[in-house]
Amino acid sequence: MSAPIDTAIRVRGLSRAFGHQTVLRDITLDIQSSEIFGLLGPSGSGKTTLVKMIAGIDEGTSGEVVMLGTKLPNLSMMERIGYMAQSDALYEELTAKENLDFFAALFGLKGAIKKTRTAYVMELVGLGEHMNGIVASYSGGMKRRLSLAIALLHDPRILILDEPTVGIDPLLRKSIWSELEKLSRQGTTILITTHVMDEAEKCHRLGLIREGRLIAVGSPEALKQETGSFTIEEAFLHYGGAAR
Amino acid sequence: MRIRALTLRIIRQFFRDKRTLALLIAAPLLVLSLMYLVFNGDSYTPKIGVIGIPDSLAKQAEGLDADVRAFGSPELAEKALEAQDIDAYVLWDGSAPAIRLEGSDPARNRAVLSVASAWLGQTGMSAGIGVPAGKGAPADTNAHLNDVADTSSNAHSEADKGTSAQAGPAAAPAIEYLHGGPAMTTFDSLGPVFIGVFAFFFVFLIAGVSFLKERTSGTLERLLATPLRRWEIVAGYIFGFGLFTGIQAVLIALYSVHVLGLMMDGSIWYVLLVMLLLSATALSLGTFLSAFAHTEFQMIQFIPLVIVPQIFFSGLFDLESMSPWLRWLSHLMPLTYGADALRGVMLRGEGWSGIAGDVLVLAGLSLLFMGANVLALRKHRKI
Repeated sequence: MSAPIDTAIRVRGLSRAFGHQTVLRDITLDIQSSEIFGLLGPSGSGKTTLVKMIAGIDEGTSGEVVMLGTKLPNLSMMERIGYMAQSDALYEELTAKENLDFFAALFGLKGAIKKTRTAYVMELVGLGEHMNGIVASYSGGMKRRLSLAIALLHDPRILILDEPTVGIDPLLRKSIWSELEKLSRQGTTILITTHVMDEAEKCHRLGLIREGRLIAVGSPEALKQETGSFTIEEAFLHYGGAAR
Repeated sequence: MRIRALTLRIIRQFFRDKRTLALLIAAPLLVLSLMYLVFNGDSYTPKIGVIGIPDSLAKQAEGLDADVRAFGSPELAEKALEAQDIDAYVLWDGSAPAIRLEGSDPARNRAVLSVASAWLGQTGMSAGIGVPAGKGAPADTNAHLNDVADTSSNAHSEADKGTSAQAGPAAAPAIEYLHGGPAMTTFDSLGPVFIGVFAFFFVFLIAGVSFLKERTSGTLERLLATPLRRWEIVAGYIFGFGLFTGIQAVLIALYSVHVLGLMMDGSIWYVLLVMLLLSATALSLGTFLSAFAHTEFQMIQFIPLVIVPQIFFSGLFDLESMSPWLRWLSHLMPLTYGADALRGVMLRGEGWSGIAGDVLVLAGLSLLFMGANVLALRKHRKI
């Protein structure tokens, strides 16, 4: 691949071990600005570990992550990242609005900007009418959507979404995806993990990850073509086999 | 700004969680009230059986603070003793009394012996030297508030020469108290320790579990994906919880002093200061230790390890007789300093100079635990 002109996230030789167990091995990856990059792999393959290091929460045992020219982890970069964890990290005793208020304050949003952003993201995830509902009474899908709304709240340059569409109905999933595409056109870089193949198809580029190794990177089309498969799933199997 | 957001969020969560709020506020008051009822019951009246005692003694026994019953034979008394109908019986073999106690309850043993020594001790002695018992033997000590200074200095040198039989009934000691007084109850004496214990215990538990929940629910990780600094998280928790634990501390102190009538010799402000610091210590220790628990259940497991030893070592029991190296352990326990300061102020009327050391240690420990917690959070995010 030719040298990227505008690299949003640069990962170099990143490994992560927990004790004796190595979860990620020597990951090298470039994610371009305003691209939707999908990480595809089975559960336990190391997706979440990688995503946490790119979000600046965790640090690699070796290797580095550079985001928008700054080496991570770095607190000021945190303001430019919108992170949605795999588990719904919400305060269930509070209302959706109170949750949003809290995170807005952490990112320094206030006044009119806070108001419009809050209304906008809640409308986007289809929770506009449930603003004052206690989160504990939300369904699983609603919680997932609220998590997404919080990740989008401060209009981050980089959006890191760990399995964002689990438990969300197909209609809403479609509208969320079209919104992600819109954000990407506006310049937001999106890193998304998934194990749903049809979602993978919508990414601009994909990284296939298996047993802690990045086994292939490329656009869905290129990956299929290269392996002579009709689906991403087949391509994944091909690379998985080849990696052995 | 960010700390304020965190503080505000914790306060909001608290108001939604009415039960925890009730536990923090009402539970210590309830437990203290129960303690008050338990300790302030009337003192125990021992039940003593007598067999064949002289009439003079039997007559005196009527004035005793004991339930005295006569038995026809030692066998009958023994049976009653076995059935725990009586706590002891007194047998008179013609020259000297013998007491047999039921013996399984030290408090009752003491009650019996203190009655017996007042009754048999003095009359036995006076009977021995041939003075007819009955008059002047139970000395009314409270009435003899003579000028002690004169008599004691004179009596001192003579008392050494074995003239006790003479000096005993003649010069009953005048009793004075440096602190406290004759009306002081067990509840007064233990109360300061208990209010410290309750403030500490409930705060420790609730703060620990809440901070743990932040981790298990994934919200801590979510917080660490924001520009929030580690120390800001700890500070936010201290302020948010501090509000409620502060209210709790003040309520406990005021309730014990003004409603339960716990003895209060010093300034209430010092008590409040110590209570606030004690709950700050419990708060910081609880949130810190929650880093080493994976579940709420594991947090509960810290109670026997962290709380119970502190209760034993903080002054409920006299540690003087304990081996010195064990006694030293008490210096490691925050509650020791809190209980010591509370007792100093409430029972001995100590002022700032008396509690300054304890106050500084408590403040230092709070800061230490907060710092340790900031470091413990490194496990989740290095910066």
